[in-house]
Amino acid sequence: MTLTAPLQSLLNGPLDQRWAPRLESLLGIGTAAGADLVEVFLERTDHLGVLAEQDTITSVTPAFGMGAGIRVFRGHRDGFVSTNDLSEAGLQRALEQALGMLGLQLGALSRSAFAGLPALNDFAASKGDWLQRSPELQEATQALLGGTQQLQRRGAHLQVRRGSYARDWQEVLVAASDGTFGRDIRLHQSVGLNVLAADGDHRAGVGRRYGSADRPDDLRSWDAQQSAQEVCDSAAAMLYADYVEAGQMPAVLANRFGGVIFHEACGHLLETTQVERGTTPFAERVGEPIAHSAVTAIDEGLTSGAFGSLSMDDEGMEAQRTVLIENGVLKRFISDRAGELRTGHARTGSGRRQSHSFAAASRMRNTYIAAGTHTPEQLIGSVDRGLYCKSMGGGSVGPTGQFNFAVEEGYLIENGALTKPVKGATLIGEAKEVMPRISMCANDLELAAGFCGSVSGSIFVTVGQPHIKVDSITVGGR
Amino acid sequence: MASLDADQLGQTLARLAAANGIRQWDLGAACSSDTSVQVDRGEPKQLKGAQRSSITVRVWNGDGLVGTTSTSDLSESGLERALSGAHAASAFGNPDDTPAFSPLAAAPVATLDQPLHEPQGILQLLTTLKDAEQQLLGRHSAIGTVPYNGLAERSSERLYLNSDGARRQQRLTTASVYLYARAEETGRKPRSAGAMRLAYGASDLDVAGCIDEAAERTISHLDYAPIETGHYTCVFSPEAFLDLIGAFSSLFNARAVLDGVSLSNRDSLGQTLAVPFLDLHDNGLHPGNIGASAFDGEGTPTRRLALLEGGVIRHFLHSEATARAFGVEPTGHAGLGAKVSVGPDWFEIGPTPGSGGGQAGLNRFGADQPLVWIDSLSALHAGVKASQGSFSLPFDGWLVRGGECRSIEAATVAGDIRQVLQGIVGFEGEAKITPDGLCPLVWVDGLSITGEA
Repeated sequence: MTLTAPLQSLLNGPLDQRWAPRLESLLGIGTAAGADLVEVFLERTDHLGVLAEQDTITSVTPAFGMGAGIRVFRGHRDGFVSTNDLSEAGLQRALEQALGMLGLQLGALSRSAFAGLPALNDFAASKGDWLQRSPELQEATQALLGGTQQLQRRGAHLQVRRGSYARDWQEVLVAASDGTFGRDIRLHQSVGLNVLAADGDHRAGVGRRYGSADRPDDLRSWDAQQSAQEVCDSAAAMLYADYVEAGQMPAVLANRFGGVIFHEACGHLLETTQVERGTTPFAERVGEPIAHSAVTAIDEGLTSGAFGSLSMDDEGMEAQRTVLIENGVLKRFISDRAGELRTGHARTGSGRRQSHSFAAASRMRNTYIAAGTHTPEQLIGSVDRGLYCKSMGGGSVGPTGQFNFAVEEGYLIENGALTKPVKGATLIGEAKEVMPRISMCANDLELAAGFCGSVSGSIFVTVGQPHIKVDSITVGGR
Repeated sequence: MASLDADQLGQTLARLAAANGIRQWDLGAACSSDTSVQVDRGEPKQLKGAQRSSITVRVWNGDGLVGTTSTSDLSESGLERALSGAHAASAFGNPDDTPAFSPLAAAPVATLDQPLHEPQGILQLLTTLKDAEQQLLGRHSAIGTVPYNGLAERSSERLYLNSDGARRQQRLTTASVYLYARAEETGRKPRSAGAMRLAYGASDLDVAGCIDEAAERTISHLDYAPIETGHYTCVFSPEAFLDLIGAFSSLFNARAVLDGVSLSNRDSLGQTLAVPFLDLHDNGLHPGNIGASAFDGEGTPTRRLALLEGGVIRHFLHSEATARAFGVEPTGHAGLGAKVSVGPDWFEIGPTPGSGGGQAGLNRFGADQPLVWIDSLSALHAGVKASQGSFSLPFDGWLVRGGECRSIEAATVAGDIRQVLQGIVGFEGEAKITPDGLCPLVWVDGLSITGEA
């Protein structure tokens, strides 16, 4: 939904080449003051959220915004200031504050080495109509109500039926005194269905969310019937499930969102922000085995339509495909500008941030374990007694590398076959110990959209994997 | 200091609303100015500043339906666009659950003792934090880094206006410091723990106390051992118990009750939920609540509210719309939106006056049986199923046996919140003020612990 026609002024029009003089002025002033590098990130956003509960639209939340983040480097230090004030005076105040953090002052030096910005590297040139092509509010509400009606038809004991849709449009312009000058438009859409099933004291809450990037028409191809069926099947299985018995056991994790285990357990530890903090056990392990030889892991920003894909990162660098682990051997870290400066790991197009309010940091994009050669049935068949994690909830990793995440839908594996559903399981462990225990990978790699919260805010990511088998992991339960 | 021009905002919005045929509207606005520093082994790591502004406009259309829009653009064109967006969204307003102005939006609000502080500035913040980091590093040879640390000061202002003339405004300064240390001994796993402090200004921060607590907690986890899986009596620290209650606050949330996602229902008021010696109040006005708000998103005054008295549910938290649905007054716990969210402010937990407070003389160091002392809970966003009552959470803590404490290597605690509230044995020590509320140590029987022994 475009709420109003765009105003044709610098402040309200597109973030494009017309900004070059103002940005050049800021970059010139900053470098003249003694900064090694000055970066300006400009942003406009247009968000729409819609919530359907039962058979009613209960919330429509449009939001829009704009702002700038100015980052100044001197040596290994940096100062960052964000502001909603994009006027010339407002931006200059922000720059002055950022310089002041590093002990620099406007006008302290008279000459700038900054040679001016090159022609705009415009990744948004063909994306100008994305916002208009994405669903109107009316269409989004109808799609959600269709989804909650499908839940009603397919589910039993459903106390709550919810459908939600979010559309996030973002236009960014990045300019830096090293000659970076890039523009992009991003469009992320996600739609989800959630239910709470209740029967007496038995309760089960289940949700599924689907997301895509840069596909304005994607909601129109959403299969609400299939989504509703998956959610209802899961809720029916979990409603009367017993709590899992705690202990150490082998686990088979399903594909798609099962990939959250790699994201949390290992992916975060391969970001240079963790190297800078000294909180990753893998800092000095490039070229060494850190995982089972069955494991090859990728982080990339290139898969068409995937939630974590980017034309350029938030520091103006084009996205890449980065092999993190190959046959168990650590190959690379995910790095941003500051990470390269402070750790020596070359940038990988992974400088990302939630908004102008955050300085970019090394963050994951589409991160997954590559497909193996086994079938999922072979993985399950190899376990005498263990846990099958069909659907994962959220998770997190602590400062010592200890991770945990919730199993939303689980089943016992007994004698190589799935038996009864179980709930209340939490998988916990440490990357260093668990990665060598991923002994089998199936041939059914799939990706799933997600959100990742960390040092530079909440960003769109993809997790993924084929079915994998972990030989032994701690399962928290009752 | 950050500031909003309430007169200008109100006049502009009134004029724009009239020009667009909008008779009823309200507005929530906020602005802030933040400065923060992080350090890494004596060097500045990241220095940040931020000026933020945002407004949420809510309008009622000719059919009485409500729409909202939020923006960070407080210019006249931004306001006009927000108003227009809210009007467009109102076409999709929910006719079965339409908010109205709070009947208390112009009622007197409490006067809070919140002294405004001038900012110290980034260089002073940096000096203070570098010194704090150095002191913490010096407390034990195993403490190698303080990977998560920060010192911040903020100046902010909130505003609520409506077309009936209600006007609320609050200015505030706050400061915070956190220190999270990482320690590692040869051949052993790294351990970490931390502490934080809040105040109305950086000069009032208890930085020394923060260093002491972070050091003490980190060192106490250096000598660790795995724990055997089983059922234990658990002693929750005030912070851990408040976290757990906060994660299940939908028990007391009228919005969640009406939406069917709470374990409570309309008939739960007057029913027993917990042991008969437990009181739970929400009291955003407590002097220990640094940064308290005098009014909620709808302009309703903040107040103290009994949620549990003697283990019995007495009240729910309300917005204007939920209060109307229950036939009571709003309680000052609302956000601002077309569908208004409801949430708690700050809990007070303790024994019911005159009840004896459960088992007397509890002392975890004098217990006959081994017990688990839970210091802090993690991953509440992933491990709590609020609508189902269940939780399974990693924690940091100690096994206390024969008066001796030993840190637990890695473990989770699992259970059902109703089981916890019915399984409280009693309280130990004086209630402690924390950022989330006031609470003593809480003893709970029979919780499931999963360890790696």
